Amino acid sequence: MSLLEVKDLKVRVEDNEILHGLTLTVNPGEVHAIMGPNGSGKSTLSHVIAGKPGYEVTDGQILFRGEDLLEMEPDERAAKGVFLAFQYPVEIPGVTTWNFLHTALNAQRKARGESQLSSPEFLKKVREVAKSLNIPQDMLKRGVNVGFSGGEKKRNEILQMALFEPAVCILDEMDSGLDIDALRIAADGVNALRSPDRAMVVITHYQRLLNYIIPDFVHVMSKGRVVKSGGKDLALELEASGYTQFEDAA
Amino acid sequence: MNLVLAKNETGRALSDSFAIARDRLPGAGKVAEARSAAFDAYERTGLPHRRIEDWKYTDLRALMREVLPLADAPDAAALKRAAAAVKLQAIKGARALVLVDGVFVPKLSEVGGLEKGLTIRTLRDVLETGDATLQAQLFSPDNDNPMIALNSAMITDGVVIEIANGVVLKQPLQIIHVASTPAAVAMYTRSLLRLGRDAGATLVESYVAANGAKTYQAHDSLVVAIGDNSRLDHIRLVEDSRDAFNISSAVVTLGAHAHFNTFGMTSGAAVSRYQATITFAGEHSGVETNGVNLLNGRQHADTTLFMDHAVPHCTSREVFRAVVDDRGHSVFQGRIIVRPDAQKTDAKMMTRALLLSDEAEANNKPELEIFADDVTCGHGATTGALDESLLFYMRARGLPEKEAQALLIQAFVGEAIESIASDDLREVAIAAARRWLEARA
Repeated sequence: MSLLEVKDLKVRVEDNEILHGLTLTVNPGEVHAIMGPNGSGKSTLSHVIAGKPGYEVTDGQILFRGEDLLEMEPDERAAKGVFLAFQYPVEIPGVTTWNFLHTALNAQRKARGESQLSSPEFLKKVREVAKSLNIPQDMLKRGVNVGFSGGEKKRNEILQMALFEPAVCILDEMDSGLDIDALRIAADGVNALRSPDRAMVVITHYQRLLNYIIPDFVHVMSKGRVVKSGGKDLALELEASGYTQFEDAA
Repeated sequence: MNLVLAKNETGRALSDSFAIARDRLPGAGKVAEARSAAFDAYERTGLPHRRIEDWKYTDLRALMREVLPLADAPDAAALKRAAAAVKLQAIKGARALVLVDGVFVPKLSEVGGLEKGLTIRTLRDVLETGDATLQAQLFSPDNDNPMIALNSAMITDGVVIEIANGVVLKQPLQIIHVASTPAAVAMYTRSLLRLGRDAGATLVESYVAANGAKTYQAHDSLVVAIGDNSRLDHIRLVEDSRDAFNISSAVVTLGAHAHFNTFGMTSGAAVSRYQATITFAGEHSGVETNGVNLLNGRQHADTTLFMDHAVPHCTSREVFRAVVDDRGHSVFQGRIIVRPDAQKTDAKMMTRALLLSDEAEANNKPELEIFADDVTCGHGATTGALDESLLFYMRARGLPEKEAQALLIQAFVGEAIESIASDDLREVAIAAARRWLEARA
């Protein structure tokens, strides 16, 4: 069984259909890159997988380990192992990163019928994870993303990814707002989390990110559909020739 | 015409109940005279209604309709129920002073081993056995406010606390108001706290219902005098029965170089009103007054503050937060007056309301009256809903909707709670907020 199957997905926002029948199959251990010009529906796909309100699925399916993902609340999806790294992580003043992560991890564990982590147990775990990703611990004491730089926000996303140990990670435009050094640090974090059990879907506008996170598959999206799929070389091809050819194909 | 009729009817019923109750009310002579004068003042208006500006959002004639008869003194069964409620509410390490159905109960209170310089008497004792100065101070609140007048007329008991010059109490004092009776009755209490010079104290006021108590009216008042160079830390927690009424007033006066840090949280009662008048009578004093309303169902809670900057060089801060769900209604009225001589006053007021449902309502009414020209004064008010993008982010991390809301609500009220100076009291307030959030989940 595939980990994540998107089948002929049609999605509209208000009166506009954004996805016109998108199909994507992701297996454990695979890294898929989804590329495409602005407005091709890349972020819509990531939002619908995570369960963001405001999107209407008019046709098609999303299955996660064979289960209908669209029937689940966003928090249920997270507990099952779906993780979305946000393009623009929000700031949550007054809620410390530490408290947020502890509460969220325990909520996920509760949903899975696992035991709750006490504060000392959680502290130990989060410290280990932060250390392995070279994330300074004082970040944990601050309000969630409050006053964080673009790079710090992305690192916080990766920290959460490492902590929650999801089965599938959707990385939505992880490179936006990052300079080259911050990009490299973030990509190293993602690479450290690659494993035979875990799949990643890397959504990006630019080929640049794929120099650091090498995908197994590349899909080109245009106008709400996947118009071409191939290996990692497809990304290089796109870099040379641009998206225009596919806009005609769509 | 209906209003006049309604007033006459409730007025007559109340006159009867005052006449019946009179024999049970402590104090003769001057005290009895003060009661009669207060009752006459109350009768002139009756229950306040929306056409009285100060009561525009809290129309007691519509919400309360009538004043209930005076509660009987608690019997043994009532005291047993009350004891269980006190146990849940008592703050560890604090000196509990318990009033059950408007009557001080020594057995449930900690009356022995008073720190040096601390005197505690019951209101009944002070009214019956005299001490003209104390009595005069007890009846000093202004009868112009009809609910203060009613309270003055009917008070049965309370605690009268005096702290001598130079005495800083180590042990917090906690006045616990327990309603124990299932009968539809009213309780009238008044307490007094007098801090001498260079003194300090921590006072907690808790309002709760024992098992079985539902539709009662708690009418309470607190008179506070903070001497020069003294400090009072104060929190009040209204966790009354959700069918109850809580109408409370506070009248606070500060001397010079004095400090008052006060915080109120209302999460209980069907209808509540807390009206506080804080007067700076000495220079270089400071007040922080903060509050949180946590409301759902059809709860109505009104906080009405009057900050009277009568003298120069004083500072006041008001931070108020309301979280309103379902058809709840939160009211904040903040009046600041800076009198002509009160130069160098620094007064600020900030209120924010968080509405969790379409039918929730919050009213903010700031009123600044500034008669001095060298002052810093400001106010701000916002009303909004929880940020959907934050909620989605948190849910995408595995938090169920109510838990995500709970974290955001805690953060929202956190700013008001953070302003509580004492670590221990802050914990007490956080625990009360959690109780509300857990009941909601």
